[in-house]
Amino acid sequence: MKRRQFIGAASLVAAGSLLTRGVAFADTGGQARLVVIIMRGALDGLAAVPPYGDPDYARLRGSLAVAAPGAKDGVLRLDGTFGLHPAFNFLQQAHADRELVVCHAVASGYRERSHFDGQNVLESGGVAPGTLDTGWLNRALGALPRGAVPADPPVALGANVPLLLRGPVDVTSWSPTRLTAVDEDTLQRVAEMYAGDPQLSKRLGEALVADAMARDEAGMAGMKAATKAGSRYDEVARAAAGFLRNDAGPRVAVFDTTGWDTHANEGGARGQLAQRFMELDAGLKLLKQQSGQAWRNTVVIAITEFGRTAAVNGTGGSDHGTGTVAFLLGGAVDGGRVLADWPGLSQRALYQQRDLAPTLDLRAVLKGVLADHMGVPRRALDETVFPDSREIKPQQGLIRA
Amino acid sequence: MRDPVVAAIAANRFGLGARPGELDNIAGDPRGWLTSQLTGPAPLIIDPALRNTVYVMSMIEDMRSINRDARTHAMKTGGAMAVADVGRVSNGAVFGPQYVAEVLARLQQGATTDRPFVERIVQFWSNHFAVSVDKGDLLGLAGCYEREAIRPHVLGDFSELLLAAETHPAMLMYLDNFRSTGPQSQAARHVRHGGINENLAREILELHTLGVDGGYSQADVIAFARVISGWSIGTTEGGFAGGGLPGTFDFKPNLHEPGAQQVNGRVYGQNGQAQGRAVLDDLARSPATAHHIATKLARHFIADEPREDTVRSIARAFTGSNGHLPTVYRSVVAQAQAWEQPLSKYKTPSDYVFCVYRALDLPASPPGRGAQGIFNALGQRTWMPTSPAGYPDRSADWDGGSALMKRLQWAGQMGQRLGARLDARALAPRLLGGTLTAATRTALSRAESGAQALTLLLASPEFMHR
Repeated sequence: MKRRQFIGAASLVAAGSLLTRGVAFADTGGQARLVVIIMRGALDGLAAVPPYGDPDYARLRGSLAVAAPGAKDGVLRLDGTFGLHPAFNFLQQAHADRELVVCHAVASGYRERSHFDGQNVLESGGVAPGTLDTGWLNRALGALPRGAVPADPPVALGANVPLLLRGPVDVTSWSPTRLTAVDEDTLQRVAEMYAGDPQLSKRLGEALVADAMARDEAGMAGMKAATKAGSRYDEVARAAAGFLRNDAGPRVAVFDTTGWDTHANEGGARGQLAQRFMELDAGLKLLKQQSGQAWRNTVVIAITEFGRTAAVNGTGGSDHGTGTVAFLLGGAVDGGRVLADWPGLSQRALYQQRDLAPTLDLRAVLKGVLADHMGVPRRALDETVFPDSREIKPQQGLIRA
Repeated sequence: MRDPVVAAIAANRFGLGARPGELDNIAGDPRGWLTSQLTGPAPLIIDPALRNTVYVMSMIEDMRSINRDARTHAMKTGGAMAVADVGRVSNGAVFGPQYVAEVLARLQQGATTDRPFVERIVQFWSNHFAVSVDKGDLLGLAGCYEREAIRPHVLGDFSELLLAAETHPAMLMYLDNFRSTGPQSQAARHVRHGGINENLAREILELHTLGVDGGYSQADVIAFARVISGWSIGTTEGGFAGGGLPGTFDFKPNLHEPGAQQVNGRVYGQNGQAQGRAVLDDLARSPATAHHIATKLARHFIADEPREDTVRSIARAFTGSNGHLPTVYRSVVAQAQAWEQPLSKYKTPSDYVFCVYRALDLPASPPGRGAQGIFNALGQRTWMPTSPAGYPDRSADWDGGSALMKRLQWAGQMGQRLGARLDARALAPRLLGGTLTAATRTALSRAESGAQALTLLLASPEFMHR
């Protein structure tokens, strides 16, 4: 706790939140946890959740198609139309446990095919790229009723803060380091030297808060050793769970995953993308295992900027498309189903005759979670969190009553 | 007139930070110090430890054939179960040492060069035409690509640089064009999944030339992808073997979509490779490209959000000179906004490492000390952006609290290592010139030890910004 006292003494901007730690929560019941995973690169929704029952699926997908449930390397059945890619063992269990909602044929409001503009809309929540320089998640937290604001700031699990979480509400970033810690006296002097630089002061304060939060969580200490043999997302999943299971810690965490831009040699039941699915599945499983009791109050949202072409391309992959999937996972999710108004894969049904047509606006799903899970008021959702989106109604029934 | 503030801006905003003593040479004519670096050919990196693309590509083919043979052997002797157990020769084992050698050679060059502006320009274009070692086969090629396709062309015309980048095997692999096959091509009947791959065509339009608002459509992307189908790599491997020298650019007529294509409103009827060259030439001359490049240069060298008149002025220099790059760089240096205080750009982790190496005169070699690891530890592994857009270039992308703490930790280590023999109080004005603030000066003078003083110097706001 020594570092905490130092923070107070240095009166750094972001550190102010520490002083109110534990006070705001006792009687508000604000136990909701939220993890947002950004899948950068445009996830192939037709590969992650194949519509094996669609009459055009196998023909269009060619070498990328996965066999029907029950066949060797077949999809893991969700219902008569959809199955999970066979790499998603944990998600199948989550489906059986009614902790998973798969949203299919979903898309943000963006209809072009640039990763970078697509991610900008996905994270900012704006109606077009470049219209907002803050993220919808930050604005949503800013709109929470007073008593429901978490004591510790939301945390980006990475060295820097993605646009999704940038904005007026104080945030932190945390990632493990392999460098030697700086001694307290030197940090104190750095803080004094930064007194005339508000931005660096703020960032230093955030770093100290995040460090302190990490120290509060005993499990974090063993993290480094535990990750050695682990898969791609072990470290970040453990870190997220470590923060979430602390009742006095941050309630909101975000992190990135990459490697979804599968233009060539994507593979079907096995192959490159299957490997990425396995890694994601293992990361999500670990997140649940490590979250302990907090899992009951947790919603994990996994989203991507857009989908990919319905047909296989010339190099055994898929090019930039439109409709895709989003996953809602967690103990607080009222799951066990696929949420889709399925447009079909016939040539006439495809968007611009090439992509899965979007029939569900991602903002409706996000609004549903933010409203029912986090308690963000409807008016804020329509006006500031997702500007000019009044006609997009929050999806009902995503969260357990 | 000697101006210590302007000299420090020149060294940091346009260079890689001052080496001790360098500011004295700059202060007489900071703008001239920059523009004089633009004459003559770009400095190459000569290092016997480095290999070229042809060599690396032959290793890639060897590695594939070793892995293939091992699988075949296992299948014959033990069946499918045995195949699953076959070990694979991994990219990291084969190409890791070459990647490290490339990173260290580049660091050494940046740490010691007396043309740091050109070095920054090389890094800018390498990031503009980004490839990433995130994709396995690129690990051994990213350094070759920068030395072969980018570095020799950064002081020439944009059209030459563009052609060199798009035809280098690293780019053709990274953005998947080397197997892209025209649907009506001769090969389409024989290749199992004959068809185009849109990836390179889209990113040339969106990222490398016109920009995302450059006025092209999805139909233009497809037509352009057909135009460059057959832009491939020479190989000895079956199925794709052709006449080209292994490991070099190879136009394969049998993969190329025959016939005229319409791209951005213009019909291209040329045959073969000339068709793609004609499209690239037109893209290089487009006003949208001039504006896109001018915006990126201004954002990189001047400010996160450069003024529109600044951008327009640079774009005019681009268009007026037909993309003669030294003319464009001189225009960047000539902008009034380029010399304004405060230092508003936050150094990227990579910039920061180069600046520390120059400031402290650290050796990048001998290898084995793991100098390349610091880029990773600070959050910007060399040549590993997570997307073809390259590393982002605004302060908000790099100034996270956790990222700052890592810089402080590394600064602390440098302080511990060198603080006993380097006097930070004397070093500070030699590195930061007129940008050194009273607050930093005070902090250094009150430090409890040489190690702490050096740590504070490297942590100071004026060392973090440019």
